[in-house]
Amino acid sequence: MSLQSPLAKVRGLGSARQGSHHWWMQRLSALILIPLCLWFVFSILQLMNMDYAAVRLWMSDPIATVFLVIMLIALYYHAYLGVQVVIEDYIDSEWQKIVSLLLVKFLAVFSGAIAIYSVLKVSLGT
Amino acid sequence: MAEFTLPKNSKIKVGKTVDAAGGAGRSKAFRVYRWDPDSGENPCMDSYIIDLDKCGPMVLDAIIYIKNHVDSTLTFRRSCREGICGSCAMNIGGTNTLACTTAIEDIKGDVKIYPLPHMPVIKDLVPDLTHFYAQYASIKPWLQAQTPPPPDRERLQSKEERAELDGLYECILCASCSTACPSYWWNSERYLGPAILLQAYRWIADSRDENTGERLDDLEDPFRLYRCHTIMNCTNTCPKGLNPGKAIAEIKKKMISRNV
Repeated sequence: MSLQSPLAKVRGLGSARQGSHHWWMQRLSALILIPLCLWFVFSILQLMNMDYAAVRLWMSDPIATVFLVIMLIALYYHAYLGVQVVIEDYIDSEWQKIVSLLLVKFLAVFSGAIAIYSVLKVSLGT
Repeated sequence: MAEFTLPKNSKIKVGKTVDAAGGAGRSKAFRVYRWDPDSGENPCMDSYIIDLDKCGPMVLDAIIYIKNHVDSTLTFRRSCREGICGSCAMNIGGTNTLACTTAIEDIKGDVKIYPLPHMPVIKDLVPDLTHFYAQYASIKPWLQAQTPPPPDRERLQSKEERAELDGLYECILCASCSTACPSYWWNSERYLGPAILLQAYRWIADSRDENTGERLDDLEDPFRLYRCHTIMNCTNTCPKGLNPGKAIAEIKKKMISRNV
């Protein structure tokens, strides 16, 4: 039971003084993903039925490498921001929320790092 | 997790049916949510069949007719009966709207009436809006200025500055939009909801107000403002035809423009 006034409940711990950055980054990462994903899908379609050597030749082009790495960073960042919002929306329990947020962040960093490493290994490797 | 189903004591049962039309040619069934806190029973849907020639054209007229002539225990809020007080906001035919400005003939089939969704119910069609009003108070809905007003007249606005308030000042705080918003359903403890954010923007957009920065500071929060995911139920449901979704977008734009 609480005898706190309704206004005290609403004002709570006050404003977090942040949130705009998250919102802005979600939009910017989405924006950069539009051309990069189109380029990626278009390139992959052209590489259909090609062998490993051909794909590797395409990936070792510096522009392709840089585009792929930027796309992966934007992709994992954007995915993390999105899933974070979903968790904050639907999970009420404080500890469950914090654990899932940390888990998702770790997963995004870890799998993003693996993806980028893989791209670099293929395009720079001998 | 957010609640997706009604708790056990809120499950809606089938209630009584009262035929008050007496076989009249123009009759219509009104299925109304009923809940009495004193009975200890679950809520139920009562059906009232009304002779439309005996009551006025609006849904509120029918509800008043039911209370006056059929079942005096039916409880609801109403006052102005002309869409300016916001008291009779309820969920009619699946949409949050004002009973007084909704014509009966615009609703096909039975008229289903529920209280505003996802709010605590006090009785029948009366929701508890305490929290909603506290949220309204929290945005300080009054003019704040350091500059004293001119001694001999009111604070002036140009015609263009006054036009900025069009589409905002008309809000009557009926809570239709906020209670139609899924984000508000799941997170109303912290998310202010479309109605309150539209009101907040009404003061942010006011050229006479000098506390714009402080107002934006108070809204700069992942929950208070940024739970809005532009679902746009608010704009679709607003019985006054306003656009809370746009007002929230304007606040977000202001947040960015003071950063870049």
